[in-house]
Amino acid sequence: MTEIKQYVLLRHRDVPGLDQLDVYRQEGGFAAFQQAVTAMQPGQVTDVVKASGLRGRGGAGFPTGMKWSFIDNNNWPHYVVANADESEPGTFKDREIMEKNPFQFLEGLALCCYAVQANAAYIYLRGEFWQQAHFLDAKIAEMEAAGLLGEHLFGTEYSLRIYTHLGAGAYICGEETALLESLEGKLGQPRLRPPFPPSFGLYGKPTIVNNVETLANLPLILEKGAAWYRTYGTDKSPGVKIFSLSGKVNKPGNYELPLGTTFRQLIFQHGGGLPEGRQIKAIMPAGASSSLIVATEQALDTPMDYESVPSVGAQLGSASVIVIDDSVNVAWLINKTMHFFKHESCGKCTPCRDGTYWMMHLAERIAGGEASWADVELLREVAGQVKGKCFCALGEFSIEAVLSSIERFPADFEQITHKEA
Amino acid sequence: MTSLAEQYADEVQAILAKYPPEQKRSAVMPLLALVQRRDGFVSKAALQEVAQMCGITSTETASIVGFYTLYHDEKKGTYRIQVCTDLCCALRGADEFLHKLCEALGIPVGGTTPDGKITVEAVMCLAACDKAPMFQVQALGSVHHDGLEYHENQTVESALRLIEELRQK
Amino acid sequence: MTKQITLTIDEKQVTVPQGTLVVDAAKKIGIDIPVFCYHPKMEPVGMCRMCLVEVGRPVIDRTTGQAVLEADGTPKVQFGPKLETACTLPVSEGMVVVGMSDKVKAARKDVVEFLLTSHPLDCPVCDKGGECPLQNLTMAHGVGESRFNYDEKMHLAKHVPLGELIFLDRERCIQCGRCVRFQAEVVDDPVIGFYQRGRAIQIATFSEPGFDSYFSGNTTDICPVGALTTADFRFGARPWEMRATASICAQCPVGCNITFNIRREAKSDGEIVIKRTMPRQNEQVNETWICDKGRFAYHFTEGKERLTAPLIRRGDDLTPVSWDEAIEFVAQALRDAGSDLLTLASGRLSNEDLFNLRSLSDAFNGKTALYTHMAGGDLTAQVGVGQGTNFADLGAGSVILVVASDLEEEAPIWWLRVKQAAERGATLIVANPRPTKTDRYASQKIRYAYGNEAATVLAMINALSAKRPELPGKVQATAEIKNAAETIKNAENVIALFGSEGLGLEGSAALAQACANLLLVTNHTGRANNGLIGVWPRANEQGAWDMGLRPAADLKAALAAAKMVYVAAADPLGDDPALAATLGEVPFMVVQELYLTETAKLADVVLPALPFTEREGSFTSGERRVQRFYPAVLPRPQARPDYAITGEIARKAGVDAETDSAARVMGRIAASLPDYAGIHYRRLAQVQEQWPIVGRGDLYYGGTGYENKQGLGVQLAPAAQQGQAPALTWPQVAEIAVPEGSLLAVPVTVLYDQGITVSTSPLLQTRIPQPYLTVCPAEAQRLNAEAGDLVQVSLGEQAVKVTLRVDENIPAGVALAPRSLGLPIFAPAAIQVRVAQKATV
Ligand SMILES: Cc1cc2nc3c(=O)[nH]c(=O)nc-3n(C[C@H](O)[C@H](O)[C@H](O)COP(=O)(O)O)c2cc1C
Ligand code: SF4
Ligand code: FES
Repeated sequence: MTEIKQYVLLRHRDVPGLDQLDVYRQEGGFAAFQQAVTAMQPGQVTDVVKASGLRGRGGAGFPTGMKWSFIDNNNWPHYVVANADESEPGTFKDREIMEKNPFQFLEGLALCCYAVQANAAYIYLRGEFWQQAHFLDAKIAEMEAAGLLGEHLFGTEYSLRIYTHLGAGAYICGEETALLESLEGKLGQPRLRPPFPPSFGLYGKPTIVNNVETLANLPLILEKGAAWYRTYGTDKSPGVKIFSLSGKVNKPGNYELPLGTTFRQLIFQHGGGLPEGRQIKAIMPAGASSSLIVATEQALDTPMDYESVPSVGAQLGSASVIVIDDSVNVAWLINKTMHFFKHESCGKCTPCRDGTYWMMHLAERIAGGEASWADVELLREVAGQVKGKCFCALGEFSIEAVLSSIERFPADFEQITHKEA
Repeated sequence: MTSLAEQYADEVQAILAKYPPEQKRSAVMPLLALVQRRDGFVSKAALQEVAQMCGITSTETASIVGFYTLYHDEKKGTYRIQVCTDLCCALRGADEFLHKLCEALGIPVGGTTPDGKITVEAVMCLAACDKAPMFQVQALGSVHHDGLEYHENQTVESALRLIEELRQK
Repeated sequence: MTKQITLTIDEKQVTVPQGTLVVDAAKKIGIDIPVFCYHPKMEPVGMCRMCLVEVGRPVIDRTTGQAVLEADGTPKVQFGPKLETACTLPVSEGMVVVGMSDKVKAARKDVVEFLLTSHPLDCPVCDKGGECPLQNLTMAHGVGESRFNYDEKMHLAKHVPLGELIFLDRERCIQCGRCVRFQAEVVDDPVIGFYQRGRAIQIATFSEPGFDSYFSGNTTDICPVGALTTADFRFGARPWEMRATASICAQCPVGCNITFNIRREAKSDGEIVIKRTMPRQNEQVNETWICDKGRFAYHFTEGKERLTAPLIRRGDDLTPVSWDEAIEFVAQALRDAGSDLLTLASGRLSNEDLFNLRSLSDAFNGKTALYTHMAGGDLTAQVGVGQGTNFADLGAGSVILVVASDLEEEAPIWWLRVKQAAERGATLIVANPRPTKTDRYASQKIRYAYGNEAATVLAMINALSAKRPELPGKVQATAEIKNAAETIKNAENVIALFGSEGLGLEGSAALAQACANLLLVTNHTGRANNGLIGVWPRANEQGAWDMGLRPAADLKAALAAAKMVYVAAADPLGDDPALAATLGEVPFMVVQELYLTETAKLADVVLPALPFTEREGSFTSGERRVQRFYPAVLPRPQARPDYAITGEIARKAGVDAETDSAARVMGRIAASLPDYAGIHYRRLAQVQEQWPIVGRGDLYYGGTGYENKQGLGVQLAPAAQQGQAPALTWPQVAEIAVPEGSLLAVPVTVLYDQGITVSTSPLLQTRIPQPYLTVCPAEAQRLNAEAGDLVQVSLGEQAVKVTLRVDENIPAGVALAPRSLGLPIFAPAAIQVRVAQKATV
């Protein structure tokens, strides 16, 4: 496994002052954008991204270049929306990029816009990122002043504006169609799909939605080439990824590592292992939406990439790795996740709206030691009833931790429930 | 009452300029945020004001207020201390932190101090999971301070110090 | 021709047009896939997840593009791992849909169980009980026992008034969003919405007044549970206790098909009473909708003040007498009056009533007058919309011209139909002096000054034709007018609707003629989906014209000249107190009415009539569709149908007339009026299958509106369709002089006014505004007045005090005077306004 010698995304850790425009430009910043706009066809940019094998970092892992190529060229204008909603419990990577390496993200966004010929882009930030939005506004203004945004960029016909837009507290707005609804000033409830955003997006126009981290990859991919990017990661999951590490570890934080790094390397080598005297019990690799992986030796040695994580019964998702130690009863944990999903269900579809409400109550009683084993059975059944019936993935996410906990850690429930009356 | 458009002429202009002219509805969220900065919450009168600016009905505007957690339809403390007690923070002692803080202030979770300045509540993940315990401060209807500010790696003592500072403002 | 798709649903094959949704395709072959959020008249949303089905698709070989076959030669079908929502899924060739498998049944059970976790299960006291989709689907798919801990149920408010008309029970709501989407998508009044999210999500309104929409009642029909109920039906009766009787709404010229639900009840002294009004499907008229006026205004039939016996004046008093005596008395008066008779009647009466009335009058060489402020019904009989016209058929290539009408106020369901046509691609041209809700869908808008209605339409003709009518100098053929004229000329179909915004008799006559001419010049008459429609003030105004009644150019003079006046269904004195002297001088006056109106109080004889709810009859709608209504409740013992009263009097006076039944009067009408030839009651009662199918066992599909089993009516052919093209005559355009210091008062129509049927319906009373006058801000400033002030309006000798309203959309120099709201302004007139009392803040 290649070690990162130089950061790709968290370059501010190598280069002090990278959030200053002059520093960023001294480091070669915006050369890729200028090169693209002045010397490349939009389609060529897409081709490079396709060749790099970059996959979306928002959770679904969809190939980025392929998504761009779906944009409907018979319907104009086009929009690009950067998904900076970052609300998955355990995820805090996009925030660091925007706070510390804003220009690399903005340049990536600009490259995406050029590739799909959008003249306007919105950055949808979760409402809590109020300061980040103001910070980005200032950076955007600097770019405009420097002729990196605006009309006739680099003397060409191409023009581009970037705007920030703040949400106001709703996890569902990370889901791309709910995000678009929200950006249109409506309830953040997901849309019926198809049509997908590349044909029917913001204001009904073709739109590309990409995650902040996905976009931040682009400047260096364009500058150094697809082959360079592929020197990191695995064949099917090329490149680097920021792993947000949290929970019961000594050094929580963001770690930029090649895809395919093992859980063990992340948690023990980089994260400094668990606090003294504690044993690792479970891993949630994709935040609260994740199944619980039993932390066996084999699981710890599993590479963190889109293909390998499913082999231990979970998804890589947003790669927000939450470490659970042996002090935690998983019944307590699912009580937490169910409170989250019940709170965040948008209310549009029946199974998620009523299912999360029901499961939350069951989980609460179980965690509070007021339930019998029959309640655990019921919880599992209710989760099964939700499964496969929801309008969007939020409802489906809500049952991952529930089902995997009951299946993989029955002892925790046995310990906490009282015997049948 | 001076209108939002008069009182915050520049901001309102800047907000409306972000969206295509025929898509004024997109401005509803930022305009509501501005209303909260002015009034501390979204009143019925303000609903109507924002609705008119966006070309939608008061009901449609109210739906937005009701859906998103950062909008409030009633007035509470000028500063809302919102402690993340979601899974990752809780794994690092956030629940205990919240309860101790409330105890020190003599209020229940969700309650407001008698001077009407501070409300303490629990919220879902704030994307600061590695720096728990943490909270954000949402300043409402306050001329001295607006928007949101994160405070990370907190102790009850550091939080109380900050609260004292806020009270002095 | 759209491509046809063949698929299999539950082992039955069906062929439907491309784009059809699986749920509708199933419905067409009698398979009911359960739905909650889906409604055939709205875009699918796939929210409730009730309609989940298994879906298989033929396997296609990627290299050859050919279907892969099974060993037995049938196409290989592959089923997806997940269930799909039938309501959002368009059909595709070779698709196999399974709605009866264990997997699907389990899914339905699961979804119903989720919905019930927080449902109050208060069916025994729920208005929807017995016609409730949730109840029915629970019976079909629900689990037998509750696994949900009762203490953890979501408890919410159960009696939430969303305004005065509609109540919400938040616990019963299943968040299907039908009501919210109906208001937003169908009628464009997004005044109810979702509040909060997740399990806490609930319906709320923040409009002023609450749930401020003329269409609000429809949400109670499509609500699949008992969450939304009307204020008057709430806790009123159980659906299975009621019978359904067919009727036609009598409130406006649309002629919505309705059903009255009736029952005998103790609290009404054992009488049979109407419990509610529901839409009855007629896809050519009102689809499955009605407006709130039509839904709630039936209460007038219950009025305690209704006339119960014939009255004859004895000195100062009106004394009850027998029918024989009254009839004899009137017959004698008729013989005495001879040709000095004037009958005055309104389009509130049925065709049969008006026919008999006119026959009676004709027999004595009397005069007849139609009581109205609007003219042009002779023209709609000639160049009205052709037989076979249906707004639903208008789309791209069609033009709808709306002139001088605030369509939503004058005929709500037409507003809806026009809006839908515009959404399908029809070009909507709106010409009006001020913006109205219709403008939202207009692709072309023309603003003219009040008074220039006809001239504006004539200017369109001038832009196109060599036959140039004279125009007043001030009317310019603007670019908008020329553009509209071109659009109309080039359109495949053109329907022109003219209303009475700012118009009196004279103005509307000129406008009607101008519109007729425009259609004639551009060759848009005499065929389906082309022609002229009058947006009449009353339900059967078109019928009244067809029966030969005409408005009196000068009503006061006509009244003054008559020896005997016979008034039916009109209250001229109530509308215009200035007529008191004239009416007081009439030697002999008969009034045939429901209530003792101001006019009736002056009469020599008052004859108690029956409203349309208690008898048979027919109305001719603005689209000239003749439609039957049926008795819903028993008649008041002493009152009689108008046609029978007039018929009896005629017979007594020696004139031949039908009195026995409305059907027989219709026989006479058909025999004597060529346009009505061939119309008879059985034909009016004919039906055919309509789409979407509503009102069957599966209440969840189209709502609780009624299936039409009692008649779709018959549309008449206008003269132009029968080969008679009327000649062009050019109307004179008169100018109204407004002296310095005066305002031009223009009458406009509002839906809720003080008309007899509205003001006697307690529920609607709350929505009738106080009398008011509206001016623009600049005019208010000139008057030194503010919104809310009481102002004195002087018009000639008369002075009335009303509240001032201010609206920036009104042109300067003009004051809007709503009709039937306390201002006796029937045509544009100069008025003086001054502040009488400042508003107290
Ligand atoms: C409930 C839910 C929440 C999501 N939250 C986020 C988020 O916070 N940030 C994000 O980038 N993507 C989020 N996604 C994924 C987006 O829908 C979308 O796939 C992504 O923004 C696409 O960008 P990418 O291709 O660059 O990953 C979420 C999806 C779901 C279903
Ligand atoms: S639109 Fe007219 S006919 Fe139809 S219900 Fe309303 S008032 Fe009655
Ligand atoms: S769990 Fe608290 S910030 Fe993420």
